[in-house]
Amino acid sequence: MAGPEGFPVVRTVGIDGMLVTFADKMAEPANRAAIAFRDAVQAEGWPGVVETSTSLASAYLRFDLGMTSHRAIDDRLRELLQTRDWYDAPLPEGRKLWRIPTVYGTDLAPQLEEAAELAGLDVDTAVRRLSATRVRVLTIGFAPGQPYLGPLGAEFDIPRQTGLTPMVPSGALVLAISQFVLFANEAPTGWRHVGQTAFRCFRPDRKRKFVLSPGDEVLFESVSRTEYDRILARDTEGDGGAQVEEITA
Amino acid sequence: MSLRVRRIGPACTIQDLGRTGYLDQGLSRSGAMDRDALYEGAALLGQDPEFAALEMGGLGGEFEAQTDTVVALTGAPMTAEIDGTRVVWNASHALGRGQRLKIGAVQKGVYGYLHVAGGVATEPFLGSRAAHLAAGIGRRVSDGDVLPVGEGRARPGWTIPVEDRFSGGVLRIVESFQSGLFDSATRERFAGTVFRRGARANRMGVQLESDGDGFAARGQLNILSEVIAVGDIQMTGAGDPFILLPECQTTGGYPRIATVLPCDLARAAQCPTGAEIRFRFVSLEEAVVAQSAAEAALARLSARKQPLVRDPAEIPDLLSYQLIGGAVSATDEGE
Repeated sequence: MAGPEGFPVVRTVGIDGMLVTFADKMAEPANRAAIAFRDAVQAEGWPGVVETSTSLASAYLRFDLGMTSHRAIDDRLRELLQTRDWYDAPLPEGRKLWRIPTVYGTDLAPQLEEAAELAGLDVDTAVRRLSATRVRVLTIGFAPGQPYLGPLGAEFDIPRQTGLTPMVPSGALVLAISQFVLFANEAPTGWRHVGQTAFRCFRPDRKRKFVLSPGDEVLFESVSRTEYDRILARDTEGDGGAQVEEITA
Repeated sequence: MSLRVRRIGPACTIQDLGRTGYLDQGLSRSGAMDRDALYEGAALLGQDPEFAALEMGGLGGEFEAQTDTVVALTGAPMTAEIDGTRVVWNASHALGRGQRLKIGAVQKGVYGYLHVAGGVATEPFLGSRAAHLAAGIGRRVSDGDVLPVGEGRARPGWTIPVEDRFSGGVLRIVESFQSGLFDSATRERFAGTVFRRGARANRMGVQLESDGDGFAARGQLNILSEVIAVGDIQMTGAGDPFILLPECQTTGGYPRIATVLPCDLARAAQCPTGAEIRFRFVSLEEAVVAQSAAEAALARLSARKQPLVRDPAEIPDLLSYQLIGGAVSATDEGE
């Protein structure tokens, strides 16, 4: 298999979970492998498996200790790993491209200047590049519906802050390590707040409560503060003016 | 049927066994901090442990029955009285229409539970009634709320002896996939350290403090965000451990040194500020056996029910754990 040395690796999580990890650094093939492997585990429908999920480069499953054992699950996972080169797996079907209007900077997203400086760019160039980069949902996690997206260019491989920003609002677009996170709920964060959207990743009152899926792609297109305010004023669904289309091919 | 909330403490929410199956959407389980208490309440009322109850952090409230009902009180012992008469904790009591149940401050531990025959019947969300405040699901129960209650009958006047899980103590832990990021000397020092529960605690996690150095992992700042299991012990940048509880985030970048056994998690959640906690590593095999035994014991709880009408002096367990202040109330007897 075309993975990094020593991977994939199968390890235990707590007393009732297993984790199949495809890399210890973020890399696109490992992310694809994790998503595809998790989908395959779901499709297998092994008895005793309670739930599955992915992180950036791992697939996780939790099982019922009364119905199966570590030994049985471990055997099945290793067998399934052998069935193909997971690093070569295609992205999931039914992916969507989202265009989400974003205000970069202003008092709504006060750390744009700081992030641009760390990236060695002037603010306008930073906004142009961030706005034009089609990033992919690498995983959903931390909070309900909350995506980790990437990759951004290498110039945006900037570290997390040492201290935490006490609170960013829901819809905040934050940046670190060549990735974005789009916050589902207000939360403290060590990532830098570079943009603000009116997009709600988690819509508890709607039929479709969790909006984005791993594999979806997003363009955080720059809009003016005036345009943003106009979107906000007429938005009732939490769409934040987003446009969505199917990704074909 | 419903229960009127006349006054209530600041940290009370509706909880059940939680909401599973949404980890892939970033939504953690939530549910009661002390699952044992839900099972105890269910056994006392002879109903399903999946029924929802009111979880009360630190302080209870004042409740009025809209019709005759039966309630049970479990978890961290709190002062309780019905129309001015003291009633015992870990027991079921009749609450007549218009009667007032007053639940005061916690005496040991953190989370007390009020169960009602038929269960609290708020609208479920994704298969569970559990509030998940961090996710914006549900809310704190507040003064003036009327809690809907399901159909259900129960006989009052039962008690269940429980072990003291409300004062800290030893938590069993297993190594998890990131334990190896901590060198063996650090892991040994961790297992040999007496921690105190710190002031920072909520339904997402509790902070532990100790004297001496923190516990750092190799390459701590470059670790890829990974899956979190409830019970994981996470090291923050300062090397202070946090035990992650049912309302925690689903993934995180801080490394985790070990995972607390699910059957010891109630003890972790119920540990009051300043109380001592120690950890003991057990093998995965030992952990699985302990967990199975704990689950079997929960399934057999009903067999340990005892009538409250017995002379308390004949019930040694009751004397050691149950009596909060004064005698068993006569109003509890019979139906």
